[in-house]
Amino acid sequence: MDAILIQLLNGLDKGAAYALIALGLTLVFGTLGVVNFAHGALFMLGAFCAVTFQKILTISVKVIDPSITFFTAYKEQPYLEIWFGDMGLAIIDYAVPLSIFMAIPVMLLIGLAMERGLIRHFYKRTHAEQILVTFGLAIVIQEVIRHFFGANPIPMPPPDVVSSSAAIGTWLGLSDNLIYPWWRLIYLTFSLLVIGSVFAFLQLTTFGMVVRAGMFDRQMVGFLGINVQRKFTIIFGLASVVAGLAGVMYAPILPPDYHMGMDFLVLSFVVVVVGGMGSLPGAVAAGFLLGILQSFASMTIVSQYLPGIDQIIIYLVAVIILLTRPRGLMGRKGVFED
Amino acid sequence: MDFIKKRSDLFIMTVFSIAVFSMPIWLDPIGASYPDLLQKFAIFGIFAIGYNILFGLTGYLSFGHAIFIGVGSYTAVWSFKLLSMNAIPAIIFGTLFAGLIAALVGYVSLRRSGIYFSILTLAFAQMFYNLAYSVLSPITNGETGLTIAADDPRVLDRLFSDVAAGGGLPSTEIFGISMSGYSGFYFTAVLLILAFFISLKIFNSPFGLKLKAIKSNQNRMKYTGYNTRPYLITAFVISGMFAGLAGSLMAVTDPLAGAERMQWTASGEVILMTILGGVGTLYGPLLGVGIMKYLENIFSAINESVLQSFFAFMPQWLNDTMVVIITPFVGEGWHLTLGLMFMVVVIFLPGGVTEGFQKIKNRFTKSKEQEKLKQGDE
Repeated sequence: MDAILIQLLNGLDKGAAYALIALGLTLVFGTLGVVNFAHGALFMLGAFCAVTFQKILTISVKVIDPSITFFTAYKEQPYLEIWFGDMGLAIIDYAVPLSIFMAIPVMLLIGLAMERGLIRHFYKRTHAEQILVTFGLAIVIQEVIRHFFGANPIPMPPPDVVSSSAAIGTWLGLSDNLIYPWWRLIYLTFSLLVIGSVFAFLQLTTFGMVVRAGMFDRQMVGFLGINVQRKFTIIFGLASVVAGLAGVMYAPILPPDYHMGMDFLVLSFVVVVVGGMGSLPGAVAAGFLLGILQSFASMTIVSQYLPGIDQIIIYLVAVIILLTRPRGLMGRKGVFED
Repeated sequence: MDFIKKRSDLFIMTVFSIAVFSMPIWLDPIGASYPDLLQKFAIFGIFAIGYNILFGLTGYLSFGHAIFIGVGSYTAVWSFKLLSMNAIPAIIFGTLFAGLIAALVGYVSLRRSGIYFSILTLAFAQMFYNLAYSVLSPITNGETGLTIAADDPRVLDRLFSDVAAGGGLPSTEIFGISMSGYSGFYFTAVLLILAFFISLKIFNSPFGLKLKAIKSNQNRMKYTGYNTRPYLITAFVISGMFAGLAGSLMAVTDPLAGAERMQWTASGEVILMTILGGVGTLYGPLLGVGIMKYLENIFSAINESVLQSFFAFMPQWLNDTMVVIITPFVGEGWHLTLGLMFMVVVIFLPGGVTEGFQKIKNRFTKSKEQEKLKQGDE
């Protein structure tokens, strides 16, 4: 029972990341009609926003260490600590959540620049060409990051308060041994919030209405005299922000490295396809579903009978779904049918 | 007509063979004539020719061809381990087994087209890659990679000759001719010429024409009464077998196989080579392979000191800035250049270098044609 609950939470956690990335992918698919292989790179860039923000906060200066009196020893002290004392240290401690405020404008700018500079010119080209050019872009982004941050994963600690584990078992009246890292719970809540607000944005605002109409029939929306072009740019920016936020908050769970984008890209494409191209609820549902499936497949009981199933379960499910339900779980008729 | 066509085929093949066999001579001036690089040219040439049969002719973008490279390599190494160090059974088994896997993957993936096909092949690539690392470790030797050992069974070798016990690692050979250095290159070159010949035949055959028809309009093709699926599967299997041959040749020239060859980004490399040269053209992919492998070779060898001596004629401050600017793009950063090249080619020259040549040629010949048109008007 404990193990199942833990795996369920693990799955929801992983699924939340998949769902967030897939959400942005689907938005871009559905409206712009562009297959964006650089979307994983946006997720990675989000994580590196957190890394950069932490680096900026901890810019240090050499000062004399007063605790050592035998000789003059030096230690690195961040400017923030010198200026604000304990308050500065607290800010550094909260680097990851605070970097959200940096990530939103940065990712928005990156998204807008990408759409204006590159994606726009590929609306009319074939899907194969879109895939190739964004694949090239993903390689470029990845290599630039490697040039500046190196090839090794960079550990990003969550704030001290939530670095321990929550006693879920005690809350639920199960066993006391059942604990789960606080940060993962926060990540899950955060993802649900982001997903909720994206849906609210699309359902409740006029802009969202236009976007949904655009996903249904792009041409018609254009005929009605709406500047589709500008809306598309904003949507791409939005998708980029969502992917970036997913990356920022995932940094303490998985130390960011330059190729994490590529790793998540394939998975999130599979998620989109399983959910149904152009279906936002489908993307979210498939994200969580596949996340949970993957973590259940990695349980020892399962891998005893089917060794290696945890490695391939997602792809296997994708292949089966694509062959039996060509439109995915919730795909609409007439959207991206070859 | 038929006779002339045959003659021209013969002509093309003769020129091509001479060009390939004399590569050590005419590539010497640009410093690309050493066997290692030549072998790479030939091997990736086979890979790209095969990929072009699928992507170039039918327009189906597969991200799964690295699977067949990997399968070919593993099969070849197993053939070295179990049967013989002779390269011929290795490449035969490698090609056939890769073809078998390609039939399996193709049968499933080709039920869908367009982007769904790409994602299906992507899923298969990840599946095989992950399996090679985990469950299939007894066959693939996991992260370490599969290598030959001195005490392998090698049944055939032991049957026909006394294998000296306690000797060092045997090397790959064909009836006594070692497969390293130039002899290795000539072996791969012969296979490259063979592969090119097959590709030439396919391009000119009714089968090739049908594949092109699938690319231009599959629906119309279906309405005419063709069942396109068998043609697609055949094309997929052929290109998979080419990839398997290339993979087993990699093992022949260097008898080890690792799972990293199967990663889906490795398929990206062959896509780039094909596109860089010119998708769907006969010579394009080979051109792409040549350009890319040559550039890779040069770029990844450059480091800061090389750059410094290269810009030595400049004043010191300019020299330093140039070095700082260029360093990220060379050596370790070769992949950055690769990505940029990829983007530039797809954006500006979707038809690759061949299209570039065509454009230049048109510019020169256009004026004459226009004159002719004008005269016609009058």
